[in-house]
Amino acid sequence: MNLSAEFWTYAKVVLLVATVPAIVGFVIVLAERRIMGFMQVRLGPNRVGPEGTLQGLADLVKLVTKEDITPAKAEKAVHFLAPVLAVIPALTALAVIPFGPPVKIGKVMVPLWVADVNIGLLFLLAITSIGVYGIILGGWSSNNKYSLLGGLRSAAQLVSYEVPMGLALVSVLLMTRSLSLVEIVRRQESMELWFIFPGLVAFFIYFVSGVAETNRNPFDLPEAESELVSGFNTEYSGVKFAFFFLGEYTAMIIISCVAVTVFLGGWLQPFPNVAAFQFLGIVPPAVWFFAKVGAFIFCYIWFRSTFPRYRFDQLMALGWKWLIPMALTNIVITAFAILLTPHRTTGLVWLAWIFGALFVAMYLLSKLRQKLARRERLAAEPHPVEG
Amino acid sequence: MSDEKISQAEKDEAADLAERAKTAAAAAPEAHTLFDVQEMELNFGPQHPSTHGVLRLVLKVDGEKILEAKPDMGYLHRGTEKLFETETYPMGIPHTDRMDYVAAATNNHAFCLAVEKLLGVEIPRRAQLIRVILDELQRLSSHLVWLGTSGIDLGAVTPFWYAFREREQILDFFEEYCGARLTLNCMRIGGLPFDLTAGWTERVSEFISDLPARIDDYEQLLTDNRIWKKRTVGVGVISAEECVEWGLTGPIIRGSGLAWDLRRAQPYECYEELDFVVPTRENGDTYDRYIVRVQEMRQSAKIIRQCLSKLEPGDIRGKVPRVIKPPAEEVYASIESPKGELGFYCVSNGTNKPYRMHVRPPSFINLQALPRLAKGHLVSDLVALIGTIDIVLGEVDR
Repeated sequence: MNLSAEFWTYAKVVLLVATVPAIVGFVIVLAERRIMGFMQVRLGPNRVGPEGTLQGLADLVKLVTKEDITPAKAEKAVHFLAPVLAVIPALTALAVIPFGPPVKIGKVMVPLWVADVNIGLLFLLAITSIGVYGIILGGWSSNNKYSLLGGLRSAAQLVSYEVPMGLALVSVLLMTRSLSLVEIVRRQESMELWFIFPGLVAFFIYFVSGVAETNRNPFDLPEAESELVSGFNTEYSGVKFAFFFLGEYTAMIIISCVAVTVFLGGWLQPFPNVAAFQFLGIVPPAVWFFAKVGAFIFCYIWFRSTFPRYRFDQLMALGWKWLIPMALTNIVITAFAILLTPHRTTGLVWLAWIFGALFVAMYLLSKLRQKLARRERLAAEPHPVEG
Repeated sequence: MSDEKISQAEKDEAADLAERAKTAAAAAPEAHTLFDVQEMELNFGPQHPSTHGVLRLVLKVDGEKILEAKPDMGYLHRGTEKLFETETYPMGIPHTDRMDYVAAATNNHAFCLAVEKLLGVEIPRRAQLIRVILDELQRLSSHLVWLGTSGIDLGAVTPFWYAFREREQILDFFEEYCGARLTLNCMRIGGLPFDLTAGWTERVSEFISDLPARIDDYEQLLTDNRIWKKRTVGVGVISAEECVEWGLTGPIIRGSGLAWDLRRAQPYECYEELDFVVPTRENGDTYDRYIVRVQEMRQSAKIIRQCLSKLEPGDIRGKVPRVIKPPAEEVYASIESPKGELGFYCVSNGTNKPYRMHVRPPSFINLQALPRLAKGHLVSDLVALIGTIDIVLGEVDR
């Protein structure tokens, strides 16, 4: 049987749309709940199926069979449209993510991406920003004050964090000279340098903005449960709520996928030239990709169980007063590093070392500061209580 | 004549005002027509995840900034004070359980203390020590509930689970002692209902020796956390003078720098001979109140340890008449509950029922300050402020 390349394209689209929700429901949500349970000295779901593996199915049945309520005074058409707007762009964005190099199936080379768009990164930024409309419109159309506040918060938050995120990616573009995600990975392969090293600052800014973009802790203000009840999705139930949920988790996957593709070498294995790590080549490239994405998802979960939530004005201050200036400075520095050593990667390697040293120094300084603050606090206390 | 003058002056003033209004209007002709800025009225509660019960706040907000916060209470009002009048003195104790339901032992204690003051009963030493142990365990559990819930209010979910793990143990101790976990009814007028069960003291002292390390765990998650500090430092600042004016007590006044703790200021039971420190901080913001409460937990552990070492066999009930009929007098007795000064004002008319029983609930009086604290802060801060006042609606509404 010899299937055409065209067939495979359609097959991949269907596969993506079908599997991503399943992965979200069965793997990520369960992993999140179990990992958070582990971190919080409790069990998490372990009743449905062996070790709770079928919890996703139970949740699905619950959400689908729930009554779908539209508030009486809601803007009905927009209220219906909002969850759709939240989930469709998120799924669409997955089309340009390269999950691995082309593989040979039958006689056809099948690439593990749906489309290698030459403006891939731009497409990603554009399409994911549409998802913001889902949240804003959902918050507004519910005709509920809490939803409205949630919608407003997300409008401000998502729009302002898109700026540092885009700027962080610009500094990487200087190194790749291409917007195609496949090309970005290939370039990292040929340079033998993952962009996380010369783009350490960019990576940091990108990931922080990415967490903010997906409304996750510590930036989950649009749906801050303790303040806005449930924020923009307060008035949503059943399948529509599930759509918002799916949209949020798919956005998490996309942010992680882009981080992996742009900064962590996509499907590339670590240490390709070190003899001692040659055995890592056995692992298929796509597996490397998913393992790296998994690590990012774990970080999301880890953040959620560790951090308190930022306040709205502090969030804005962080975005505009810190991340954007940092991102701009980073672009200038990266450009200099590239221009100083034209046609070679020496400048970028230097940059990697400088950034690395900087981060280590900053980490040590922050530890020291924490220690000093703690000592000061303990000194101010009444007197030490014997253990 | 003089009336005329005044009216003339009034006219002048009115004309002047009209003139000024005109010029102002001319200067900014359509300042509010393009974007008509409106205050929004936001109904916060009574069904809201962070009002810690059924508190309702009517907020006037400009965007997210709070212009005015009006607490509206009474959703949990059960007429407890009136109930006291209809029942004999010992029958009043279970009602106190339902006031501050996360700290029932201290409520029992304050009630008993008021009646004992009327009767003039001497409490045996063993009963005094056990009462102090129960009080301090209760203070720990109350502060643990506060720590967990106010963490959740600010989005830190994990400390809640850690705090409730320890609280469960404390509730187990209560269950072992008196059979109940929440509504304890664990004190009697003149002493205690039961003696300690065998092995109870060992288990408690084991728990107490573990506790400082557990408190270190919570502190590691919160105390030096940048976001936690950002959310709490400088939020809801109140000075010691203002605390006195508002009648605020408990960790709030101590967070503002005044070492006012009834266990020290007006010692009851055997607090006089115990060695502990009243932790204070200077800035009077949410962060300082957090530190004070955490420190108090450490001090409570210290007090319990001392009391356990002083325990000796003895009576657990003083000489109380079978039918309690105090002389016709008025007394006020108060203790330091986990939330502040909890007082019972008792008027007796010589019968076996109180003529009037008035409660000074710390939650209610501390809640008064919320509009003052919340003004000008954001909605997110309001949540932190409700948490830092540490109210229990059962006690606010009674």
